[in-house]
Amino acid sequence: MNKINSLADLNRIREQHQTAISVRGQGGDAENQVYIKIAMATCGIASGARDTMEFMTEALKKRGVDARVIQVGCMGYCYAEPTIEVCLPGGEPVVFGGVGREKADEIIEKYIKGGELVDGIIPVNYETIQSKNIQNG
Amino acid sequence: MHLLVCGGSSCSAKDSERISHQLKKELVKQGLDETVQVIMSGCFGLCENGPVVKVVPDGTLYIQVKPEDAEEIVEQHVIRGKKVERLISSDPIPKKQLRIALRNCGVIDPERIEEYIARDGYLALGNALTKQTPEQTIDLIKASGLRGRGGAGFPTGLKWEFARQSKADQKYVVCNADEGDPGAFMDRSILEGDPHSVLEAMAIVAYCIGADMGYIYIRAEYPLAIARLKIAISQAREYGLLGKDILGTGFDFDIDLKYGAGAFVCGEETALIHSMEGNRGEPSLKPPFPAESGYMGKPTNVNNVETLANVPVILLKGAEWFSSIGTETSRGTKVFALAGKINNVGLIEVPMGTTLREVIFEIGGGIKDGKKFKAVQTGGPSGGCLTEKHLDTPIDYENLVANGSMMGSGGMIVMDEDDCMVSIARFYLDFTVEESCGKCAPCRIGNKRLHELLQRICEGKGDLGDLVRLRNLGEVIKDTSLCGLGQSSPNPVLSTLDNFYDEYLSHVVERKCPSGVCKDLLEYYIVEENCIGCTACARACPVGAISGERKEPHRINPVTCIKCGACLEKCKFDAVILK
Repeated sequence: MNKINSLADLNRIREQHQTAISVRGQGGDAENQVYIKIAMATCGIASGARDTMEFMTEALKKRGVDARVIQVGCMGYCYAEPTIEVCLPGGEPVVFGGVGREKADEIIEKYIKGGELVDGIIPVNYETIQSKNIQNG
Repeated sequence: MHLLVCGGSSCSAKDSERISHQLKKELVKQGLDETVQVIMSGCFGLCENGPVVKVVPDGTLYIQVKPEDAEEIVEQHVIRGKKVERLISSDPIPKKQLRIALRNCGVIDPERIEEYIARDGYLALGNALTKQTPEQTIDLIKASGLRGRGGAGFPTGLKWEFARQSKADQKYVVCNADEGDPGAFMDRSILEGDPHSVLEAMAIVAYCIGADMGYIYIRAEYPLAIARLKIAISQAREYGLLGKDILGTGFDFDIDLKYGAGAFVCGEETALIHSMEGNRGEPSLKPPFPAESGYMGKPTNVNNVETLANVPVILLKGAEWFSSIGTETSRGTKVFALAGKINNVGLIEVPMGTTLREVIFEIGGGIKDGKKFKAVQTGGPSGGCLTEKHLDTPIDYENLVANGSMMGSGGMIVMDEDDCMVSIARFYLDFTVEESCGKCAPCRIGNKRLHELLQRICEGKGDLGDLVRLRNLGEVIKDTSLCGLGQSSPNPVLSTLDNFYDEYLSHVVERKCPSGVCKDLLEYYIVEENCIGCTACARACPVGAISGERKEPHRINPVTCIKCGACLEKCKFDAVILK
């Protein structure tokens, strides 16, 4: 890891990683990869998110799906933990709640492989501030 | 194509199952059941406008749908591609929640600093260090109207200014991560989901007040938050975003962790500082304020986690943007941990000024099992209970205090008709008595006496004089306690006295608990219509309190009854009840 020595350096690193992040949650993935985010805060883990993550990582690999499973923080849906967000290449992200092994399996087989939605979708009921319109100054 | 039918509790109660069934039937009729799927989804948070059906991918949202609308939706929308205008809301339905402090939670991987940087992380710090003076930055925070999110709501910019004005060879920045309210977990969630936002904000504070060292005081019960903070700190050091000569500007700043043992009082800033120094976690009189003499006797600025998480965005998007959100006196958003008898238990963030009704009935999806709303407790052990009549009050610091509660750190516990408010008040007093540090008499002795009074009332041994004593003692504790803990601990008692006086009266006058919670006030009864006279209860009763002829309804003698519950267990006909 190189040290960031100036604001210009920081901006360079930011732009470098921005493309990779922006594909998530916005669709339009250049690499045709499926992105899966798993809410891994204390409460999510206590409800079994770690098990879901391990299962999905392994199952996706075995079944030959090009996917990246990453851990994120709390999504806020305590009543529906473990919660995951799936973003198919070029698609809108979809949040699923109550995802144990069985549900994870169904999501991989039906939604990830066939684009067919399954029960347990959680409509996102919040707006997140867009950092895009931040003045770079 | 997919049709999403809301399967949240509120929409389910309004027949959304039948809508789903009807849609499927129509699709089969049209031979479209292979290409169009009907899916039950979770709550949309639009409960007042339910049941809701969403069409994917075009995103059309139909509201107040009835089962008989299914035919039209399938024929018009699915087949002809024409939206059913009459079911579309004429006004756009705004999303009730706005995530500022939680902006990165659930979005980025908290263990990778690159993801935070990609979301404009450390840019606010970079801009401040290279383009703004500390005074300008403080003015910006002052203009934004940001106030402390830990509970008291002190203006953040002002706090920084005081610390800046103190002259000293060494100053400190402290992040208060000693989240102690029962049921509140927003600070933990921020630290676990977006630790860098707090680190960046601390560096900004340090630049503003002229400090080069910061500490995060975090409770040892938060191991995951601690682990992620450690990773975040080491990554920031590797990138040179913490340490010497940050971004080549000559500014030095580093952060370390201090662990708390989980005492509630250590959330109070002077007690927190004493605990950090290795002394007993007891508050001390202010002044001197930490801004003059804090950690190790040096000027110290203490901010709460959620407050800090707001700072970088305010610097990037401007004071005007931030102050455009919220109410006149309370700008921005507040995170609440929504819990209790509510359908969608969750961590939410709403603009200040949102009403309790919107939070409970829209975002929260209403009360569990269709029960009646009774009260909502805000502000934890320092707050009070708000009732039906407060539902349309916009939430902000001033309104909550005016109604006998407070913002606190943002716990929100919803209660329904089955909750006894006297017991609730006693529950919070249990907590305060346990957590009082014992330094000052009003809090140490007063709360204990308050608790005893409540205990008597719950046991049916109270009298009308006790209600007067509760109020008088509560007021005295509030006026004379040393720190915020004692100054606010009677709030749950006083607010329930104000709002549920009838319930207290029932306890002391009729010796009844209307919600059926206080065990000592309950009596066992036999419902005549249900009793078939099987004698099972009479045989089970250890004290022979039950009498009656075989095949005739039995009776319980309340004087002999010891309330052991054996009869209730034995009865197979639901004839024995507690009331």
